[in-house]
Amino acid sequence: MRQVAVVGIGKTAFGAFPDRDLRSLAVEAGQKALENAGAKPSQVEAFHLGNFAGPSFVGQNHLAPYVAAGMGITGIPATRFEAACASSGAAFFHGVSAVAAGLYDVILVTGVEKMTSQPTPKVTEILAGAGDLCGEVRAGATFPALFAMIARRHMYQYGTTREQMAAVAVKNHANGAKNPLAHMRKVITMEQALNGKPISEPLTVYDCSLISDGAAAVLVVPFERASEFTDKPVRVLGISQASDNVALDEKDDITTLRAVKISAEKAYKVAGVKPSDIQFAEVHDCFTIAEIVAIEDLGFVKKGEGGPYSLAGKTCIQGELPVNTSGGLKAKGHPVGATGVGQICDVVQQIRGEAGERQVKRNSLGLAQNLGGSGATSVITILGAA
Amino acid sequence: MTSPGSGTVYTETVVFSPPEAYVNDVPYQLAIIQLESGRRLTGRIDGERAQIGDRVKFVEFRKDVAFFRKSA
Repeated sequence: MRQVAVVGIGKTAFGAFPDRDLRSLAVEAGQKALENAGAKPSQVEAFHLGNFAGPSFVGQNHLAPYVAAGMGITGIPATRFEAACASSGAAFFHGVSAVAAGLYDVILVTGVEKMTSQPTPKVTEILAGAGDLCGEVRAGATFPALFAMIARRHMYQYGTTREQMAAVAVKNHANGAKNPLAHMRKVITMEQALNGKPISEPLTVYDCSLISDGAAAVLVVPFERASEFTDKPVRVLGISQASDNVALDEKDDITTLRAVKISAEKAYKVAGVKPSDIQFAEVHDCFTIAEIVAIEDLGFVKKGEGGPYSLAGKTCIQGELPVNTSGGLKAKGHPVGATGVGQICDVVQQIRGEAGERQVKRNSLGLAQNLGGSGATSVITILGAA
Repeated sequence: MTSPGSGTVYTETVVFSPPEAYVNDVPYQLAIIQLESGRRLTGRIDGERAQIGDRVKFVEFRKDVAFFRKSA
């Protein structure tokens, strides 16, 4: 297998953009990634598009060639990947796999979602389509409800508190406030986070990620060709994808996401690193409890210690393990199909030393965790300085 | 549909922000029930609010959704 490098990154701002359509967002991100790598559209040999629910949100199908053509790219394989909120993580995993296998040299991987053109109950319903429609969703489950039930069980088994979850929101908002591309650049207090409007108990509006529009893109090439594109290549040291049951009531212990554990163990093994070697991470904080569960399942802390660790400030930019320096899904925003590739862009930015006032000091080894649904898809990527 | 029988609340939540289909139901309590048969089922709790560990009894299916009630 060949070593793979990320040589270009591009993101739109995340937010609510009533005047932008899905394609223009995806095209903007893709063009920025190409420019960032000094590459021409004609050099792209395959186009992977991560998108969860474009057909439901905006009605457009056949999205990959539609977006590619918007960048002047035709005549190559252009394919959409759907894996709920891990759609672009999956598109990236398969892009890296194809380059590693030698099928292609230059692959553009883009993620996009356009969500804000629908009212919240409709968005809630479309997102619920990533759950089991014949079971939990029919009974009235929404994604906040599924993660609220994970939170309740985590609180019951490990004594996790509302304050510990709120600490995740406060920290991610503080980081997002420093990120020029974040959807919500607003610092919040612990008191605000604890007293937000209830969404699904015990989660308040401050425990939930945002409904956003946005796109992100990366250009991947074999490491041996990276110098043709950039003097700051970032190496994909390990990447893995795993699946699990879609329905939450079919998972044995809902306080641990099995697909995350499996994909993380494999990614660590391929990269030849341990959880304690990871210097910073972007994790899938679709809800505050999800960040707590993630840092446990990734092996950064023991099961049940994610809450106290977060409340103690260990995951702040200045802490021992900075998590979600971008602001995370909570503050940066969560255009679901763009999130996985967006995380790769954020980790690459840190490794290149381009994160501005959010820059972490130890920045040579970072991890991205992208989650689909209530844990039925997980993609873990470990990136390192070349 | 056959009755799922009785069980224990494995986890639960009260939903305030509903999907389009249930805008008129909020707030409602949703729970995963650990059934005596060994499997788990996602359903609704009617009446008094139930917590993790509470025993619940199957009441009826409404539009294919199992409704439970806290046992006395």
